[in-house]
Amino acid sequence: MSPDTLPKTTAAPTAAEPGKGERAHSRARAARRRKIVVGTARALLLVLVLGLWEVLSRANVIDTFNFSMPSKIWDQIYTWITHGTALGSLGEQIWYTLYEALLGWVLGVVAGVVFGIALGRITFLADVLGPYIKVLNSIPRIVLAPIFVIWFGLGPASKVASAVVLVFFPVFFNAFQGAREVDRNLVANARILGASDRRVTLQVVIPSATSWIFTSLHVSFGFALIGAIVGEYIGATKGIGLLVAQSQGTFNAAGVYAAMVILAVVALVAEGLLTFAESRIFRWKPSESDS
Amino acid sequence: MSADISPAIELRGASKTFRTPSGGLHTAVRGLDLTVGRGEFVAVVGPTGCGKSTTLTLVSGLEEPTEGEVLVAGQPVSGVGDKVGFVFQQDATFPWRTVLSNVMAGPRFRGVPKAEAKQRAREWLSRVGLSAFEDRYPHQLSGGQRKRVALAATFVNDPEILLMDEPFSALDVQTRALMSDELLELWEGTGASVVFVTHDLEESIALADRVVVMTAGPATVKQVFDIDLPRPRRVEEVRLEARFIEIYREIWESLGEEVRITRERGAAHVA
Repeated sequence: MSPDTLPKTTAAPTAAEPGKGERAHSRARAARRRKIVVGTARALLLVLVLGLWEVLSRANVIDTFNFSMPSKIWDQIYTWITHGTALGSLGEQIWYTLYEALLGWVLGVVAGVVFGIALGRITFLADVLGPYIKVLNSIPRIVLAPIFVIWFGLGPASKVASAVVLVFFPVFFNAFQGAREVDRNLVANARILGASDRRVTLQVVIPSATSWIFTSLHVSFGFALIGAIVGEYIGATKGIGLLVAQSQGTFNAAGVYAAMVILAVVALVAEGLLTFAESRIFRWKPSESDS
Repeated sequence: MSADISPAIELRGASKTFRTPSGGLHTAVRGLDLTVGRGEFVAVVGPTGCGKSTTLTLVSGLEEPTEGEVLVAGQPVSGVGDKVGFVFQQDATFPWRTVLSNVMAGPRFRGVPKAEAKQRAREWLSRVGLSAFEDRYPHQLSGGQRKRVALAATFVNDPEILLMDEPFSALDVQTRALMSDELLELWEGTGASVVFVTHDLEESIALADRVVVMTAGPATVKQVFDIDLPRPRRVEEVRLEARFIEIYREIWESLGEEVRITRERGAAHVA
C-alpha cells in the first residue's frame, strides 16, 4: 500500500512511544496541576464573594432586608426542601416549570427547524414570508406573555406558548442560515450521485445545518426557561416563577434569590445533557484537539 | 438506433452566460464545439479561470447552456442524468458519513437495496485500497485518501461519462502522480468516456488520448491535439520520453499564448 494510505491518526504521539514516555508524562502532570490550580481559584473566588456578602450583611453595611444574605438564602432553600413551599413541595414546582419549559422548547425547536429548513430550501417561500418574519421578530416577544395568560388561562398552556415564541426565532434563523450556507459542492455532488430534491434536503441540507441548529439549541433552552418563568410570574397556580412572585409579594428577598439559585441549577443540568447529546451526534466532526 | 453510434458527448455551439452579483453579465464559454467519443479520455487545458469547469457543469446537467446544444449519448441533456459521474476539485465527501457510507451514497440515492449497495461499495473501496478505513470519517483521512473515497464513490455508480474538474490539484506532487496512475488503472477497466479538466499540461498529456486547448476566457476550443503515446502508461515515466517532450512543446506553443493573454488581462485589472 502507498505511504499516504497510512492512517494519520496513528501518528499522534502516545505515551507508549519509546524515549518520549518521560516527556509525555511530565506534560500530563503539568496539565493536571494546572487543572487543580484553576479549580481552586474558582472555588476561592466563590467563597470570597459569598463570604464578603455574608460578613458585610452581618456588619449591617448591606441592608439585609433588601439584599438578604447567603445564609438566609440557604435557609430558605433548606426550608423549601424539607418543609415544602407555600404552594406545595419544591419538587413539584421545579417539575412544573421544567415541564412547561421543555414542552415549549421542543415545540419551538421543531417549528423553528421545519420552517427554517423549508424557507432555506424554497426561495419562493422565503421571498414571500421574509418580511413578515422580520416584523414578528422585531416585536419584543416577552410582552406576549400577558396576552397568552388571557388566551390560555393560568394553566401550563400559556407558559408553553410564551416559551414557544421565545424559542422559535433563534432556532428558525439558525436553521435558515444553516440551510442557506450548505456547501454548494456537496449539493452538486449529491445531485450527480443521483439524489432527488427530497434526498438532498434530508441527507445533505439537514445534516450540514445541524451544527448551526445546535448552536441555537443551547441559547434557546435558556429562552424557554425565561418564557416559562415570566408566564408563571404573571399568573399561575404552580411553578418557580410563581414562587418568585410570592416571595416578592411578601418582601422575602431570600426567596427570590433562592428561586434564582434553583433555576440556575436546572439550567446547568439541562445544558450538560444537551452538550452530551451533541457530542454523540457530532462524532463525525474533528474535535478541536484532533486536527 | 442512432443512439448507439452517436458520440458519448457532443457540444454544439454551446455558450454560457452568468449574471454576476454586481448585475453585469459574464460569459464563461462561447460557441463551444467539442465531441468526445465513447471510451475516449479527453483532457481540457486552458489558462486559469477561463471557463473550463463551466464546460463540465454543462455536460453534467447541473447548468443549462444559454445558447447551443449539449448532447450525451445522442440525447439532449436535461437535468442531471444517471450516466454521469463527477469528481470535483474541492472535497465533496459528506463529512457526517463514514467512508463506506460515502461510497454507498450513490447507489442508495439511485434506489439500490442496502445490502447490494454495501457490497458494491466494499468492492470499490478495496480497489482504491481503503478497505481498512471503511469506518473512518473523512476528517480522519489524508487529502489523498479523501480523493480515493471520491473516486470510489463516483466509480461505484458505473458512470458512462466521467467528468473530472481538476480533481488532483489540491494534492502534493507525489500523491498526484500516484493518483493519476490509479485513475488510469480504474478507468481502463470501465470503458467510460472521460473529460478531465486541468491547468497542468503535463498531467493532461500523461493521461489523455486527446488534449483540447481552450482560449483565454470566454473559453472556446482553440486547438485539439492527438496524444499518440502508447498505453498502459506510468505517469512518472511517460514524462521522460522524447515523444512526450515533443508533444509538450507543440501544445505549449498554442497554450502559452492564451496563458500570456490571461496574465496581461490580470495585470491590466490590477493596474
